[in-house]
Amino acid sequence: MASGMQEKQYTPSLLSFFIYNPTFGPREGEEEKKILFYHPSDVEKNEKIRNVGLCEAIVQFTRTFCPTKPAKSLHTQKNRQFFFEPEENFWMVMVVRNPMIEKPNKDGKPPTVEYQEEEMLLFNGTFSRAMQAGGVELLMQKLEKFFYRYLQTLHLQSCDLLDVFGGISFFPLDKMTYLKIQSFVNRVEESLSLIKYTAFLYNDQLIWSGLEQDDMRILYKYLTTSLFPRHSEPELAGRDSPMRPEVAGNLLHYGRFLTGPTNLKDPEAKFRFPKIFVSAEDGYEELHLIVYKVHSLVCFLIASVELTREFCEQLDSLVGPQLTLLASDICEQFTINRRISGPEKEPHFKFIYFNHMNLAEKSTIHMRKTASVCLTSVHPDLMKILGDINCDFARVDEDEEIIVKAMTDYWVVGKKSDQRELYVILNQKNANLIEVNEEVKRLCATQFNNIFFLD
Amino acid sequence: MAEEHYLELSENPVQFEHASSVNNVFFDEANKQVFAVRSGGATGVVVKGPDDKSSVAFRMDDKGEVKCIKFSIGNKILAVQRTSKSVDFINFIPDYPHTEFSQECKTKNASILGFCWTNWNEVVFITDQGIEFYQVFPDKRSLKLLKSQSINVNWYQYCPETAVILLSTTVQGNILQPFAFRNGTMSKMSKFEIELPVVPKPAKLSLSERDIAMATIYGQLYVMYLKHHSRTANSPSAEVVLYHLSREGSCKKSHVLKLNTTGKFALNIVDNLVVVHHQSSQTSLIFDIKLKEPDCALNIHQPVLPARSIHPYRIPLSGPAAVPSQPPVPCQLYSSSWSVFQPDIIISASEGYLWYLQVKLPPTVNLLQDKGKLMDFLLRRRECKMVILSVCSQILEVGEKGSLPVVATVFDKLNQVYKDYLEAEQSYTQAMESGPSRGSAAQKRPVRTQAVIDQSDMYTHVLSSFTERKGVSHKFIIAVLMEYIRSLNQFQITVQHYLYELVIKTLVQHNLFYMLHQFLQYHVLSDSKPLACLLLSLESTYPPAHQLSLDMLKRLSTANDEIIEVLLSKQQVLGALRFIRSVGGHDNASARKFLDAAQQTGDQMLFYTVFRSFQQRNQRLRGSPAFNPGEHCEEHVAHFKQLFGEQALMKPSTV
Repeated sequence: MASGMQEKQYTPSLLSFFIYNPTFGPREGEEEKKILFYHPSDVEKNEKIRNVGLCEAIVQFTRTFCPTKPAKSLHTQKNRQFFFEPEENFWMVMVVRNPMIEKPNKDGKPPTVEYQEEEMLLFNGTFSRAMQAGGVELLMQKLEKFFYRYLQTLHLQSCDLLDVFGGISFFPLDKMTYLKIQSFVNRVEESLSLIKYTAFLYNDQLIWSGLEQDDMRILYKYLTTSLFPRHSEPELAGRDSPMRPEVAGNLLHYGRFLTGPTNLKDPEAKFRFPKIFVSAEDGYEELHLIVYKVHSLVCFLIASVELTREFCEQLDSLVGPQLTLLASDICEQFTINRRISGPEKEPHFKFIYFNHMNLAEKSTIHMRKTASVCLTSVHPDLMKILGDINCDFARVDEDEEIIVKAMTDYWVVGKKSDQRELYVILNQKNANLIEVNEEVKRLCATQFNNIFFLD
Repeated sequence: MAEEHYLELSENPVQFEHASSVNNVFFDEANKQVFAVRSGGATGVVVKGPDDKSSVAFRMDDKGEVKCIKFSIGNKILAVQRTSKSVDFINFIPDYPHTEFSQECKTKNASILGFCWTNWNEVVFITDQGIEFYQVFPDKRSLKLLKSQSINVNWYQYCPETAVILLSTTVQGNILQPFAFRNGTMSKMSKFEIELPVVPKPAKLSLSERDIAMATIYGQLYVMYLKHHSRTANSPSAEVVLYHLSREGSCKKSHVLKLNTTGKFALNIVDNLVVVHHQSSQTSLIFDIKLKEPDCALNIHQPVLPARSIHPYRIPLSGPAAVPSQPPVPCQLYSSSWSVFQPDIIISASEGYLWYLQVKLPPTVNLLQDKGKLMDFLLRRRECKMVILSVCSQILEVGEKGSLPVVATVFDKLNQVYKDYLEAEQSYTQAMESGPSRGSAAQKRPVRTQAVIDQSDMYTHVLSSFTERKGVSHKFIIAVLMEYIRSLNQFQITVQHYLYELVIKTLVQHNLFYMLHQFLQYHVLSDSKPLACLLLSLESTYPPAHQLSLDMLKRLSTANDEIIEVLLSKQQVLGALRFIRSVGGHDNASARKFLDAAQQTGDQMLFYTVFRSFQQRNQRLRGSPAFNPGEHCEEHVAHFKQLFGEQALMKPSTV
């Protein structure tokens, strides 16, 4: 970071984040009661009250123009505020400092606020549920606990189009291996009746989800941006090596729990698993999240009741060996796939694909996504163009195509067909519009020949 | 209690006059005929065979006590042995002289132990000093010696199916010498030794003819040796030792069947199962030599099922004496008057009955708990189909914890057999197509046995009723269907559309659309036009089905017309137009269809664009922008004129 100082000024950052409910302190002098959570917490009380009051006013004011759709964001010279009402009268507000450039920044757009809420929901249930359970006090405690940690995982400066989509990356797998996984899932759910849902990931890519799509989306984000990175670091450091085989019965396996007990043999081990809330027919269902891992294959199981040591041991001995076999099957596939796709030649195009229908995303721009840094192989300016095109797409329902000539010889193409969006970055010197169009057609024919993608 | 007798006697036994002081009864294993000879034949010989055609009655002169009597194959010539020196023959061919003729054995001082017909006119004499192979000339009333062999013989056994005669030789009798007969030739096969439990000193005949039987099991000839337990040798219970007798090469000890008991035994072969009857306990055991025992050394077999007696049998009173009110008399099973013949015959000479022993499969289902083993067992039986299907239904019905692995094992076993049949069928078809010229004439069309359980069998008899049964969790239904599809895929069998339909129906019924979506995403449900149409119909309840369906149609690459229809029905006229152009179908597209759709949208600019696009096409194809009368676009032309005026129409001259 040679030019660190200057760059810093340009990156967007989180100024404040707060949650309030206007009905909690409607009278003069009781304004503080409205505030349920405020970040940063060391801000002076009056400023908190002032900011909350301002937001309330903006929301009230804009409501007069369109009562059904209240304002979502307010863009000012210095910063941008996002308003979100997850439940009636509960407001979440996020204030982001604008990057100091003339163009309005669009790519830090509203992804995060909603996810926060959803993830919050996932782990805590609804606000009103907490209210019922323990009043405002409990709600505030919970908010404090959750957002304190969550906001740390938020890295606004590295947010880009993928965060807007909040998609799921799927692992390509042949039918037979997929069916084997199905078979495994069914067997586990049948023999361990406490397990309500099961899902599978390999290399942070989803293979199977028994959960509904919306719940999966949030859980996927939580796993890939929060839980896995936390656990991969000790692995990389060599501690708690996953290569240490566990012997269950006489079967060698490499399974271990990522949530719950770290070592089953430890008599002191605690059998507490994170609680999550997923949508059910009647509101929300409280469940326990068990994450179990063998090499890169992660299987997470969701159980409906508190879990005991016996259950964990049973699960370990049942799932561990089978999962070890599956992991080696999939790993084999993975290497075959890689061999087929050939040596990693740097292609002259890069793309991001997203399907709103199944939330599938695919990117050749991102090399590796971790919690703290998002390594992209293209210049941030190009990423901003992508964000802008996405904004344009969001405004209309019809299929369209946008081709942008960027500085530095790059062409950026955005295509929208039905529910799918494709963004291509081409690096072809002196190419004209027709050539670029042809090139994109060719790309679609090779990479997306198995889907219906209108030219 | 559930029915447990898995063996039964045939319902319609062959009846004959029971043995008595004036009536001698003989059985010929080759033709499966029972001869009742009254007073040496003078008062009549009644022959009863398995069917009426092979039943004969005749008289012959009483020339002494009959020792053995047999027809040649096809009832052409009757051979009767009355002395130990000669055999007499009588023609039964019409128009041939009926006078008896006789043949003495060639070897001096030898006595005839017996004779066997190996063909309609070929007969083998077995004497204590060897065998003599003759051809009979019924017209000349004479025999010609084809071949003979000198060898000391204690006793012999004949297997008519394979035309193999087994001779017991040496003093102890345990060196067995087989001979094979075929089309007038006699070939000596390699001899082999039966291991005796104790070697007697001094040597004496120790291997009894009662303890040896020959039969074909799974198409292979075996010599079965009933090895009794002996106190001196270290064998606590009796066993049956099987020696595999191949035409070429030597005879090898191949299987040992553990009887786990002692006493008097008799052997039968039914449906390729070795049945061992135990007289003192009045029960029978069955062994399947193809069933591998997991915890036994190779080829040592335990009984497949626990010992049970043959199903109780009542002798129906027949003939004029039968009175309806009189109940049938229970028949004494395992009676000491029973004689057992290969492969599956039981004769009670004193009562005058010949039964075929049969295996009843339904009772085995409850006796064999290991379903995988049960399937292995059933799949090798003749009449297995309905039993197998009922087992499938049964394991799905229970729905016990941990039944999925069992279901998977069963499906895999069924599909293995199904796959083998499909492959055989395919290679047969290929061989037929490539022409029967090069040695492929030997290839026979594969026989579809009952064990071939295909997808439609499973669907009709098991799966469709299973998915409709109340009280079964949908999770289990889907798991079972996926397990079946997995198994089919594992054996690379193309899955039929109706199975996919069943999966989709179940998922849709329970609103499991995301699951369906994922299955489609990973192509678990293979692409097909019917499936795509089914998805289209789901669009109203699950909007993403539209995209899934279009993707599938696209992948099929033969469904471009359907894609156009879908797009037009969604009023995506431009999209449809762009698509048809991209696949090169623009020239032949029906302009009327597109113009109709464009007109329906009410979007005038869209109508204009589509109209002009087709005019340009016409210009390019025919040199004129006008529509052909056959395209029936007059109404659209009028509509265009009305909207945009005559002058907006493209003129031929403008291009």
